[in-house]
Amino acid sequence: MAQELVNPALGKDLLGLEELTREQITAILDTAEAFKEISDRPVRKVPYLRGQTVVNAFFENSTRTRVSFEFAEKRMGADTVSISTTGSSVQKGETLVDTARNLEAMRIDMVVIRHASSGSARFLAERIESHVINAGDGKHEHPTQGLLDLLTIRDHRQSLEGLKVCICGDVLHSRVARSNLHGLRRLGAEVAVCGPLTLMPADVRELGVHYFPRIEAAIEWADVLNVLRLQLERMKGGFIPSLREYNRVFGVTRARVEAAPRDLLILHPGPMNRGVEIDSDVADGPHSVILQQVTNGVAVRMAVLYLLAGGPVADTTEGAA
Amino acid sequence: MRPLLVRGGHVVDPSQGLDAVLDVLLVDGRVARLGERLDAPEGAEVVDAGGLVVAPGLIDVHVHLREPGGEHKETIASGTRAAVAGGFTAVVAMPNTDPPVDSPAAVGFVKARGEMAGGARVFPSGCITLGQNGEQLTEFGELVGAGAVCVTDDGKPVMNAGLLRMALEYSRSFDLPVALHEEELTLSRGGAMNEGIIATRLGLTGIPNASEDVMIARDLVLAELTGARLHIQHVATRGGVELIRAAKAKGVRVTAEGSPHHFTLTDEAVEWYNTNAKMNPPLRSAADRGAVRAGVADGTLDVIATDHAPHHYDEKEQAFEDAPNGIVGLETAVGLAYTELVATGLMDLATMIERMSCAPARAMRLDERGLGSLREGSQGDVTILDPHLEWTVDPAHFLSLSRNTPFGGRRLRCRAVRTIVGGRTAWEGGR
Repeated sequence: MAQELVNPALGKDLLGLEELTREQITAILDTAEAFKEISDRPVRKVPYLRGQTVVNAFFENSTRTRVSFEFAEKRMGADTVSISTTGSSVQKGETLVDTARNLEAMRIDMVVIRHASSGSARFLAERIESHVINAGDGKHEHPTQGLLDLLTIRDHRQSLEGLKVCICGDVLHSRVARSNLHGLRRLGAEVAVCGPLTLMPADVRELGVHYFPRIEAAIEWADVLNVLRLQLERMKGGFIPSLREYNRVFGVTRARVEAAPRDLLILHPGPMNRGVEIDSDVADGPHSVILQQVTNGVAVRMAVLYLLAGGPVADTTEGAA
Repeated sequence: MRPLLVRGGHVVDPSQGLDAVLDVLLVDGRVARLGERLDAPEGAEVVDAGGLVVAPGLIDVHVHLREPGGEHKETIASGTRAAVAGGFTAVVAMPNTDPPVDSPAAVGFVKARGEMAGGARVFPSGCITLGQNGEQLTEFGELVGAGAVCVTDDGKPVMNAGLLRMALEYSRSFDLPVALHEEELTLSRGGAMNEGIIATRLGLTGIPNASEDVMIARDLVLAELTGARLHIQHVATRGGVELIRAAKAKGVRVTAEGSPHHFTLTDEAVEWYNTNAKMNPPLRSAADRGAVRAGVADGTLDVIATDHAPHHYDEKEQAFEDAPNGIVGLETAVGLAYTELVATGLMDLATMIERMSCAPARAMRLDERGLGSLREGSQGDVTILDPHLEWTVDPAHFLSLSRNTPFGGRRLRCRAVRTIVGGRTAWEGGR
């Protein structure tokens, strides 16, 4: 009965949060909520994806996202294969689309793709029949990261409606920032970005966000900080003068967090550069929900796999059980 | 060769301020006579041009024929066939081939292949620097001797201002046009599209207008300093148009191009990673497109040039950032210019022909060889246009070897229906 009330349609693929409606995002989060407990069972396995074949195609280095997807797939009972750039035919000059078509010729159901080029997940999705899940495409989007951030915030603050969330740091190069921004806005949050202009994409305010040039002002404004990883090579590119100065001027430090007028919630997509964008006593402190993000990542990915495979949205409203 | 009489067409030749129904008689590859109701000489072929526009042959000064080295994209033979199908009787071939055209032998190769091809005339250009490396000047004198009509490192800017000054000064001994791709590479940072909200949303590195404007400003200063013939390629920014307009008002010797894609599209065409909308300079904002249109209309951008840049299907069939820059343009330029500029009332047909024939001829000094005009004694290069013809762009029918265009399926008005090169019909069709 409850299953008939909800619309399972996520479409064929999950490419980004920009294309999703509020209802679709909420459906994923609600389903993830219901799946959280699976990972706490003695036998962490459900048969929802039994007989389905999932390929994790990682054309760019990743540990946590790949492992998180693999756990999600295995806990859902899917058969999985993971390929990475090293050792794949990609290094022999095979094109992205040929690699995908060859995989598809072996009869698969889903491809999880991580690739350094923006738009690569969409490129693939338009050319193969299997479901495609974007696990990070260049500087474009990383939708499952955005979803797990939303789920984590929702765990701590009942609603995102009107919540003030500031995304701090290297927004320019960040797919996490873009997915967060779209997802947060879709769920009614007020969004800001903070960092030096060298790390801000052009016309970012046209996406409907505030901009804070200094972290102090951002912290005074925000309920939630999502602190982005600063790629250490940005210094060589001239985007910032030094990591030390970055920490001094833009770092999320204990003193700054303690000076906040509100009880802050602090997220970080990882991996962290302790002492650069975030100090250890903040990362490990009472405001941080960083490890919970990692836990939620598995549930969110289970939900995405399940919904794309055609499963009905879990109804977690009262009385549905 | 049989004489050819083009009868009863509406002759539009801005080089002599002509706009009247006249006959054009071509004999031995040249314009023999222009007048009312000419008698056809014995054995002449008579072409009825009633209801059609007869123009001096169109000239595209910015074409990548890809030979040598890129024959899977285009050859001199296929490119010149595409040119005549698009109404162009002459093209200037860009030298960024593999290997680049930086020696007299290479110039001679392009010229010879062009003569063999039998399509549009091919005028080679040579590199400004050896291997387009921006370090050492090529032998301009030798290149000119072998048939080069200009020098350019197209595809790449000349980043070293001191070296460019030398190139401009040295070019003066030959009164040789120096054509420049304007891009400050440290500002464009390997970007893939226009900087702005679309690039921000798509997560693509943006190329700011400043990348182009800074170099145009620098090079206008150097043109003024040296008195050389500066030709600025594919201007895409409003700042660039303003700078060139101001320099021309000051008397700086500069010509400049506006490209059909830059006066037709904006960076919105890139949306969801359309690699057929990827080119350099990139498609920019609506304000920039408006400035390019206005620049072409008022003559600040005196030349319409396509930057015809064929790429193989496989090369564009990649993620956006990995795909090469450029689109084909020879077979859509006339339709786009008419539809976007003439049919919209921005300019009249005579101005369009000025920008596509007379001005390009002058910019590359081809007027001195009898191109870009139907004056008696000129080369017998004639483009017959049907301005009422409505057609749909179908890349599958291109004569170019490549199909990389963002204009597939677009309805256009005006098309070349006969292209005559040296008194001989090189292409006929369209209707």
